[in-house]
Amino acid sequence: MSWRALFLCLMMAFSSPALALSPDEILSDPALESRARDLSAGLRCLVCQNQSIDDSDAELARDLRLLVRERLVAGDSNEEVEQYIVDRYGEYVLLNPRLGPHTLVLWIAAPLLLLVGLVALVLARRRTARPQAAGLTPEERAVLDQLRDDTERR
Amino acid sequence: MSIELGHFSLILAFAISLVSAFGGLLLWRRGERLALVLGQAAVLQFVLVAVAFLALVQAFVVSDFSLALAANHSHSLKPLIYKISGVWGNHEGSMLLWILILVLFGALVAAFGRRLPSDLASLVLGTQSLLVTAFAGFTLLTSNPFERLAVPPLEGADLNPILQDIGLAIHPPLLYAGYVGFSICFSFAVAALISGRIDQAWARWVRPWTMLSWVFLTLGIAMGSYWAYYELGWGGWWFWDPVENASFMPWLAGTALLHSALVMEKRNALKIWTIFLAIITFSLSLLGTFLVRSGILTSVHTFASDPTRGLVILSILAILIGGAFLLFAMRAPMLRQGGLFAPISREGALILNNLFLATAVGAVLVGTLYPLVLDALTGTTISVGAPFFDFTFGALMAPLLLVLPFGPLLAWKRADLVAAGQRLMGMAALAVFLAVLISALGGVSISLAPFGLLLGFWVSLGSVAELIERAKIGRIPLGESLRRLAGLPRSIWSTAIGHLGLGLTVLGIVSVSAWETEIVTTLNPGETTELAGYSIAFDSFEQIPGPNYLADTGIFTVTAPGGGTARLDAERRIYVASGTPTTEAAIQTYGLSQLYLQLGEPLDDTHVIRVWHKPYILLIWIGCLVMSGAGILSLTDRRLRLGAPQRARKAAPEAAS
Repeated sequence: MSWRALFLCLMMAFSSPALALSPDEILSDPALESRARDLSAGLRCLVCQNQSIDDSDAELARDLRLLVRERLVAGDSNEEVEQYIVDRYGEYVLLNPRLGPHTLVLWIAAPLLLLVGLVALVLARRRTARPQAAGLTPEERAVLDQLRDDTERR
Repeated sequence: MSIELGHFSLILAFAISLVSAFGGLLLWRRGERLALVLGQAAVLQFVLVAVAFLALVQAFVVSDFSLALAANHSHSLKPLIYKISGVWGNHEGSMLLWILILVLFGALVAAFGRRLPSDLASLVLGTQSLLVTAFAGFTLLTSNPFERLAVPPLEGADLNPILQDIGLAIHPPLLYAGYVGFSICFSFAVAALISGRIDQAWARWVRPWTMLSWVFLTLGIAMGSYWAYYELGWGGWWFWDPVENASFMPWLAGTALLHSALVMEKRNALKIWTIFLAIITFSLSLLGTFLVRSGILTSVHTFASDPTRGLVILSILAILIGGAFLLFAMRAPMLRQGGLFAPISREGALILNNLFLATAVGAVLVGTLYPLVLDALTGTTISVGAPFFDFTFGALMAPLLLVLPFGPLLAWKRADLVAAGQRLMGMAALAVFLAVLISALGGVSISLAPFGLLLGFWVSLGSVAELIERAKIGRIPLGESLRRLAGLPRSIWSTAIGHLGLGLTVLGIVSVSAWETEIVTTLNPGETTELAGYSIAFDSFEQIPGPNYLADTGIFTVTAPGGGTARLDAERRIYVASGTPTTEAAIQTYGLSQLYLQLGEPLDDTHVIRVWHKPYILLIWIGCLVMSGAGILSLTDRRLRLGAPQRARKAAPEAAS
């Protein structure tokens, strides 16, 4: 991380007095708490640069952490909690974008690039392999004949 | 007075670079004398920019607040080292540092390139000067560091306390040296395209510069990562932040370039691709330096929020990068490919390496820019964060790591994959054994952990397999083996060590991701908590005034499972001048693992304490150091020394292959 980002994160982090995950937020049920942590790591702190709410010190992140835990305690599944948050804050809140028409290009970019690379390699191979069989150009043949003549004459 | 001298020097350097650029690019056929003059001009540019830079440093050191830059970013009571590093802790100063490194590399080419063919030397120095013209012009016109204040303030506004760290002194210069070093590869690529002359001698010339820049960039990124780790206070070491990605992409492309230049040097193949990579790598470096501060990527990241600056810098980038690719499109089809080889061969392996690295560059680029483009096109805002990159990048790297140990064991032209596999059998078995053993002992918290471990051990062990085999360790007397090891070519050593470093980094990443433990709790002085077998006693809480801050200090005693105790001081500081708070985590190293302790804010009369146990985390950065060491070792290879191309030229390229 460059120092500019560092600077910014820190400025953001200190602009409010609240904390990253603090003991009073932690749920007594370890299974629920573990799910809450997993969910938090995938949710973006909206006022920060590029932090999950799990890492962030911002007030809003704390609110979201509490909201996640509230929903979990109310019996929501992970997907339901995620949907609940997305309904209120938009898809921007998800650090891992959902697969959909608007993110299709994003998700298939890497496999597509790999495929294009492979096809390009195969094509390039065919192209370089061919001249080998093409034999000599007239100029090359002339030079060769010349050389042969020279040798024979000697 | 010295400030005006510096300002004037920079203007003079700009003027000389302008003349050099036109001279080099238009008159490159003129022969030795032109090359000689351009070389002298390159050295002169360096001297002048160095004078300008020193003038700026001097103003910061003596706290001359009539200089606007010093008044805004310095303070008379700051320690000397931070006064100096403060010179590049801002937009204008960092631009000047960037230019200083650019002209330094130009001068180095002039110094080491006396035996370059004169047309190539003229073109390279001309292109390098063109870059200087563009960026010195940008600095002088829009970001002048030498502006004076009519009414100087009595005291400076101070550098942000978070930046008053040794990290700022080292990290940006290293990173810039890496970015800017690739400009040499760029200039050589442009020169090759203009002159139409691309052979193995060219690759021999370019590879040491690539290696040097790559070493700097590796160290710069590793340093930045460690800095973020200890300074940010929650122990993260990589965030897939756009700024990080911007530095990571040239690294990936540069790594690909290192490998493809190898094929070109040894086998005269992959010419077009190598030229393309050279242009891409420097273009990504430019994006890395400037896109983030143009206000386009994330406006909050920028030094320069002035939109005209952003527009100017983007235009410069568009002209330089666009021009280079236009040239590439025009000239590349005329290049003849040489060096045929079978798919299973060293060449084939290196191409596979390039395929995966290039795809990774593409994936990171798409991931970084996608939210921006989507927002611009449809108005939909999404985030692309760490989970996406972890998955995509991991999926691309896993196959690469899996095939990596085979590469160095394959012969050029045509190789026997089965034979290479047989030679790696022992190491493969050992890697599987270690991965299973550690997973069994450590418990599997994430399902991919054993596989990650396997990859890490496989790469680490597989890369030293060739060394062990060549030295016949265990099969002949040890002394004889050591003699054999010492006699191995440095290229074999550097390949093995470089890949070993990568393996170590992978092991560190896997270990921390899978087996990191943490505890978040409230403690009062006198109380004790436990984590991963370590007992952490909160001894006392004190308020200690520092030189220019007040610190709330928690003093802890940590007892390791083995019995040793250590005192840890974790601080929360408030810098008096600016009222800025910072956290200083306490970090205690145990072997390759670390205990990371952070003192949180008070909560209902007690203190929030966060402690992380980070097993083998140091391997991440040690691996980077090992990789860099391998690069330096490779630079000392006689066959690759900076002056080497002369030999290649005497022995005609055909004869060399």
